[in-house]
Amino acid sequence: MSAALVARGVALSFGPVAVLDGVDLDLHHGEVVALAGPNGAGKSTLLAVLAGDLSPDAGKVEVLGRPLEEWRLRELARHRAVLTQEHHISFPFPAQEVVRMGRAPWRGLAEEDRDDEIVAESMDATDTTALADRAFGLLSGGEKGRTSFARILAQRTGILMLDEPTAALDIGHQEAVLQRARREADNGSAVVVVLHDLSLAAAWSDRVVLLSYGRVASDGPPAEVLTAPLLSSVYDYPIDVIEHPVTGDLLVLADRQAAAKRKEDA
Amino acid sequence: MTVSARPTTQPAGPSQRRTPQQASSGHRRITRSSILFLGLTIALFVSSLAAAGSGQLPIPFAEVVGSFFHHFGLDIGPMPTHPRGDATLWSVRFPRVAMAIVVGAALAVAGALMQGIFGNPLAEPSVVGVSAGAAVAAACAIVFSLTFAGDWTTAVCAFVGGLVTTLAVYLLSRADGRTEVVTLVLTGIAVNAVASALLALLMFLGDTQAREQIVFWQLGSLNGSRWQYVAVVAPMAAVGIFVACLSARSLDLLALGERSARHLGVNVERLRILLIVVVALLTAAAVSFCGIVAFVGLVIPHLIRMVTGPGHRILIPASALAGALALVIADTAARTLVAYADLPLGLLTSLVGGPFFFWLLRRTRRTAGGWA
Repeated sequence: MSAALVARGVALSFGPVAVLDGVDLDLHHGEVVALAGPNGAGKSTLLAVLAGDLSPDAGKVEVLGRPLEEWRLRELARHRAVLTQEHHISFPFPAQEVVRMGRAPWRGLAEEDRDDEIVAESMDATDTTALADRAFGLLSGGEKGRTSFARILAQRTGILMLDEPTAALDIGHQEAVLQRARREADNGSAVVVVLHDLSLAAAWSDRVVLLSYGRVASDGPPAEVLTAPLLSSVYDYPIDVIEHPVTGDLLVLADRQAAAKRKEDA
Repeated sequence: MTVSARPTTQPAGPSQRRTPQQASSGHRRITRSSILFLGLTIALFVSSLAAAGSGQLPIPFAEVVGSFFHHFGLDIGPMPTHPRGDATLWSVRFPRVAMAIVVGAALAVAGALMQGIFGNPLAEPSVVGVSAGAAVAAACAIVFSLTFAGDWTTAVCAFVGGLVTTLAVYLLSRADGRTEVVTLVLTGIAVNAVASALLALLMFLGDTQAREQIVFWQLGSLNGSRWQYVAVVAPMAAVGIFVACLSARSLDLLALGERSARHLGVNVERLRILLIVVVALLTAAAVSFCGIVAFVGLVIPHLIRMVTGPGHRILIPASALAGALALVIADTAARTLVAYADLPLGLLTSLVGGPFFFWLLRRTRRTAGGWA
């Protein structure tokens, strides 16, 4: 496992608010790292810094051993793809053309010859082939999310950054998206994914990085990070973690009894 | 979603992997575009010659064709029979038609570009006030009798005015990487108001001749076009349209938003500045000698999108052709609808463009689910 992405001491403030405060992160080839944490913990901001959209006030980010700012954008686009939370488009491009936009960084190279094949495979993998001719702007939220994911896959990069790829997806499509992300990692890619559903994070990631107030509260395998006391303290809400009796999967649940009791006490 | 265990790399060639549906849809679009390009080119050629033949001294179509080809040393068709026919064509009619072609192409492409940069289908040089800004600067050249760049003085001034206005509108109307319809339209009102005030001031300062020329601008007209003017405007338009065509792929990606375009390797900041300069160049090309011809950049790209879809690689060249065609026809109407009168061209385009803009506004609001 070599380092695909290294962040050291990343700090960023929006005005007086320190959104990120000395964050270290390592992402290796072959692993899926889940970024988790409460609203406003800095997950999306961290992803934006890692993607080069925001420059940190302090700290550094390296992609494949090279500082982020030394990369040419087009070259970088052949090594890492980013799925943003918003799926907006200004003009009524059909879904298939949107997926094909993922091939743009490869224009003029030998890989361009495989465009049609890769676009078809990516759409097939995300169950969007049937949407090919429909205008992207008129798709439902979940369909937009899957089409955008297909575009990211079509980019064929060794590093994937996914900001809440499961938002607005039904349970079957959630599983399929993460399963595909898992498979990309098994084939040697490095995947970092922001997830709100901690049971999903437990099931599909090798490591969970738990953020709290812009700092890394914990970084390790799901079984080490996703513990009831730590989660309850970070989320400021009683949380229970149980093992599935048959499969052994970690299930992260809100402890509603404890919450009700806490409310009474207060 | 299928979770097949198929390996990522597929040995099969591209044509084999394409599903029939995708292949046919791609094919359909290509055929459609080639028919559109062919049709527009033929229509532009025919209507240009027909336009040159019509007017107070009518010249039959065949004779116009003859005069045109004879000029290039080709012995095709009869020469005009009227003693002043050939001279009229080459000194009055053809320069005017050529000007209509250049201005129409420039305005339509400027509109398509603006819509791409702003991510908003309602952006257009006259709507947001860029045309008016360019006209103010050009009017300065007249009123203060500036001649620092010879024949090019007015054009240079119009370009600077257009550039300043485009930058201002861009900076004023954007929030979070895109421009909402309301903000854009209101910015346009404000910019147009300031530009009208400045034009009024210039009219107040200028002498009678300058005043007349400014009025002529506000109305927009191709009357009095000369080869000399075409020689100034055509290179500006050509450069602008050429750069626009080169930026077409990046504009497609920009439709995904600035962040996603960056993630796909587009240097968004550089592209934006480059295209703002190109919009100013194209608008200046149109405004410097013909004044404000509104709504061409709004109506034409929109109609083309309906036929070929929003891809800029086809949209931009097709808009150039269609814009040229539209202005050739509109200008012919302007000078033949009323006998012995040359109606202002801007009046006609606004008469058609205004209601179209309104319809588009309503439709955008409905499909976007609000004023976004």
